[in-house]
Amino acid sequence: MEALLEAFPSLGLLALEPPGWGGNLLRGLVNSIQIALGAFGLGLVIGTLGAYGKLYGGPVLRDLLAIYTTVVRAVPELVLILILYYAVTDLVNQALVSFGYARVQVSGLMAGIAVLGVVQGAYATEVLRGAILAVPVGQVEAARAMGMPPVMLARRITLPAMLGFAMPGLANLWLIATKDTALLAIVGFGELTLETRQAAGSTKAYFTFFLAAGALYLTLTLVSGWLFGRIERWARRGDREMGRARG
Amino acid sequence: MRLYPHRILLILLAAALVVWCAVSLRWDWLPKYLPLIAEGIWRTVWILVVTAVLGFLLAIPLGLAQAAGPWVLAAPARAFCTVIRGTPLLLQLWLLYYGLGSLFPQYPWIRGSELWPYLRQAWPYAVLALTLSFAGYEGEVMRGAFRSVPRGQLEAAKAMGMPRLTILRRIWLPQAIQRALPTLGGETVLQLKATPLVATITVVDIYAVAGRVRQDTFIVYEPLLLLAVVYMLITGVLVLGFRWLEQRRPAKVA
Repeated sequence: MEALLEAFPSLGLLALEPPGWGGNLLRGLVNSIQIALGAFGLGLVIGTLGAYGKLYGGPVLRDLLAIYTTVVRAVPELVLILILYYAVTDLVNQALVSFGYARVQVSGLMAGIAVLGVVQGAYATEVLRGAILAVPVGQVEAARAMGMPPVMLARRITLPAMLGFAMPGLANLWLIATKDTALLAIVGFGELTLETRQAAGSTKAYFTFFLAAGALYLTLTLVSGWLFGRIERWARRGDREMGRARG
Repeated sequence: MRLYPHRILLILLAAALVVWCAVSLRWDWLPKYLPLIAEGIWRTVWILVVTAVLGFLLAIPLGLAQAAGPWVLAAPARAFCTVIRGTPLLLQLWLLYYGLGSLFPQYPWIRGSELWPYLRQAWPYAVLALTLSFAGYEGEVMRGAFRSVPRGQLEAAKAMGMPRLTILRRIWLPQAIQRALPTLGGETVLQLKATPLVATITVVDIYAVAGRVRQDTFIVYEPLLLLAVVYMLITGVLVLGFRWLEQRRPAKVA
């Protein structure tokens, strides 16, 4: 350890205590994970509703959802973040002021979760729609024939049965969520990438900090990849033959 | 797309929205900034095309190494793809720009070289970062595409006495690209959506132009709306272009 420090003196900058910047980096990482979790969760909720709307909704709802998913997937996240971050904050405040309330400051965390959640929702809609379509029709028909109401049908049959099909797509979405948190650095939210840039800027040890942050992101990616693999195996525990056949 | 009554209503609503945007929002800055906007769009498209082409050329050996190479080649290719896909592009961009950018001036022989005028600018770092990123994602796509070409085709080519490079050029690569084409279309749209990141290292693309308009005129929404429309139009062109490419090749694959 000592020898390593002597060979690369800039490693000392990564110490957790204040002369080092390691604490800031870890705090940024925690912020990033929080936003990613919130956005992913919000995206799942929007995605589930969106998928059901696209499959079983009326023609108007279906067209509106098509517009939502198309626009969100065509416009860069960075532009969407700016539009939603500034415009929505502004609109909320204008509405509050016109109704005689005081202005509110939307916290960076909430705004980040909301914006990335809307983006994730569009992708999740497509992933979950595909997964629901992959559930064998016979199972759904059997449940209907047993007289299950729609909500129970979704809870007991469709959602558990589609989870295995949806898992690879959802794992991908989670990775996108963790990496998209970096975009919030541009609107000045103190997540990992911005903390890294500040640390690197004030110490001039650019490589040390950017590589350290890269290692943190990579660890997050690899750990969640392993975790999602386990969840997928668990979600597919019922359909052994099909799971085999699909590789 | 069929024209149901509700769709006509939606189209009318959209048209009304467009008219409302055109009339009641401020667009008087548009003529003044038009040359800058055109330049910004040109630069965005230029970066997209250059990095997608270079990245794809890099992705072919990366995919080939992972699909069929010995482990000495496969392992580094795999590691490269994992690292690129596991870290945010913004971080990679800043690592190259700030990291290399602060490293290069320390060496006199780099400062004296003929490349120095370019290395002092931001766009080579933008092109490098976006190219490596595209190569990382596409390397993974090409790995799957190379593997999905039926073995019988390659064995038949070998039995005909084709040398290995000819097999790659005539049989393996065309079929792999054909299978990867739908994915490549989607990935190119994703690459377009990644290009505005270069604005953070002072490359003036359309996103940076919109930012400048907002700073100069204190107009908040209109430049962002313009930006969204421009990106949607480019996406539309990309999607149509790839659809045309897919239809041009014979769809029947053994």
